Amino acid sequence: MLLLLVKRFAMMVAIMLVVSILLFLLLELDPEGVAVKVLGPYTSVEQRMLWLEQNGYNEAAWLRYIGWLGNLLQGDFGDSIKYKAPVSDILWSRLANTGILGLATFGVMIPLSLALGVLAGMREGSWLDRSISVTSIVTTSVPEFASAVLLVFLFVFHLGWLPGTSGMADGFSWIELVLPVLVLVLYDFGYVARMTRASMAEVMQTPYIRTAILKGLPYKRVIMRHALRNALIAPFTVIMLQINWLLSGVIVVEFAFSYKGFGALLLDASLNDDIFLIQACAMVAVFVAVATQTLADIGYTYLNPRIRFS
Amino acid sequence: MTAETVNASVRRQGRVRGIVTAIGLMRESIVGMIGLSLVVFWVVVALFAPLLAPYSPVANQVSFAVPGAMAPDGGTFWLGTDHLGRDILSRVIWGSRTVLTYAPIATALAYAVGIVMGAMAGYYRGWVDSVMSGFANVILSFPILVLYVVIISTFGASGLNILFAVTFASAPGIMRIVRGLVLDLRNRDYVAAAQTRGESSFYIMFVEILPNARGPLIVDACLRLGYTTITIGVLGFLGLGLPPPDPDWGGMINETRNLLMLAPHMTIVPCLAISSLVLGFNLLADGIREVSLRD
Repeated sequence: MLLLLVKRFAMMVAIMLVVSILLFLLLELDPEGVAVKVLGPYTSVEQRMLWLEQNGYNEAAWLRYIGWLGNLLQGDFGDSIKYKAPVSDILWSRLANTGILGLATFGVMIPLSLALGVLAGMREGSWLDRSISVTSIVTTSVPEFASAVLLVFLFVFHLGWLPGTSGMADGFSWIELVLPVLVLVLYDFGYVARMTRASMAEVMQTPYIRTAILKGLPYKRVIMRHALRNALIAPFTVIMLQINWLLSGVIVVEFAFSYKGFGALLLDASLNDDIFLIQACAMVAVFVAVATQTLADIGYTYLNPRIRFS
Repeated sequence: MTAETVNASVRRQGRVRGIVTAIGLMRESIVGMIGLSLVVFWVVVALFAPLLAPYSPVANQVSFAVPGAMAPDGGTFWLGTDHLGRDILSRVIWGSRTVLTYAPIATALAYAVGIVMGAMAGYYRGWVDSVMSGFANVILSFPILVLYVVIISTFGASGLNILFAVTFASAPGIMRIVRGLVLDLRNRDYVAAAQTRGESSFYIMFVEILPNARGPLIVDACLRLGYTTITIGVLGFLGLGLPPPDPDWGGMINETRNLLMLAPHMTIVPCLAISSLVLGFNLLADGIREVSLRD
């Protein structure tokens, strides 16, 4: 178990290192381009040369990379061009907002998709199973930006129940969180539900479930005591990997609802060529994704006794 | 007729029969049939766009015409016009051509790269596998849209860059699937037979092994087509897609969504269009899986 932890952790560090090199090469290999982005397109060559000189851009690329990585590890991501402030001042509050959105989404999505998946997988091929499957295909087929528009039309303009933007101008409000969460849940729950269904259906065909049914246990007890415990191991991994998808989803949803989160910040940065902000956001996003994947691997090993004790 | 051309024509007949059987099998799955019809509908619309579209998709006529309104030339704006006076029906029709050009090409490119990588990783194993899998791990650790945003904002928004970004981001996922399938198939007897005959590695990978791995790959390709359609829409929606004024469903939605209260049809029509196409691909994938599991 300890060896596995060390291995997974080393893997995670290695991936982060490669990602940081990739991002550096992509965005900063050409110092001239960086100067143009920071100082703007209408600056003179002398100004750019001076800026490059002052900020140490005349060194070799690998030296710059090491310096950049060192700053990154200390939480110094450089200054945002658009906001004229250190990236770290902006990033963390935005990340916290996205964290709230993500937690709310998971809080709704996990119970919903697990319940639907278990109900569908309990009796494979029943009408309940079929309708849950088809529903989940349909909701997964509506892209987030389309469902955002359709739901805004329905709930904001037609019924007038909810606010159409989630800028939270007057402080935090739960009601503004409803539509973004709904859009993310609609798009994402289908996948988890289908995975849960597959896992549940597989467990239901195992000999120990047949034995439990044949020895006359009440059906409810067979499901609760025997099936669920084994059927929910696989969805655990799927749910953890869903965080990676969620980080994509929040870009669309935050943009659609003007929610001041991390995804909107990344998009804003990329539309404005705000190079250091792009770097920081991408690094943080990959870090969150890789960290959850590592946790998923470790958690899966811990949950699955066949791996844990081998 | 030489033996070779006879062979080729027999093979072609076999392929045609294969497709006919596939459609015949699809009839057993209602879900698959619905999916197939949706996809065929949009493919036909895209193919015949110049004939079907009543107006030019970029001509500025009367702004904010409601669906069914009379056009200046005596025709009808069946789905109304947008804020710049462009006929929405024509834009949706031409937009289907945009998405049904980019999504299949991008998916095919991603498959070409992913299949070569996956076949090599699964067949050679060892360091080739380590390098390919390591590369895939790095790319797949990016939240996919973050990767798109970084690539597009570095290289600029253009059709070619969208193809490149989609290929770069999807090939590793395909590589993983192909690798798994090849690892499983490489120990079959027919592979050993081909090795004994002295066939080259590439012949074995692509002629002996790959055709036997096609089942799961077809289902995956169908799902991926749907997902790529979404991706192209998302990029248009975020303002990172094809430059205007060419019609692109995602871009249409983004341009008009602030006027949703004033003229909902401008935004809702492209939303329904993209959703129905993606639904088609997903239902078709589900149908194929259902039918292939049955035998």
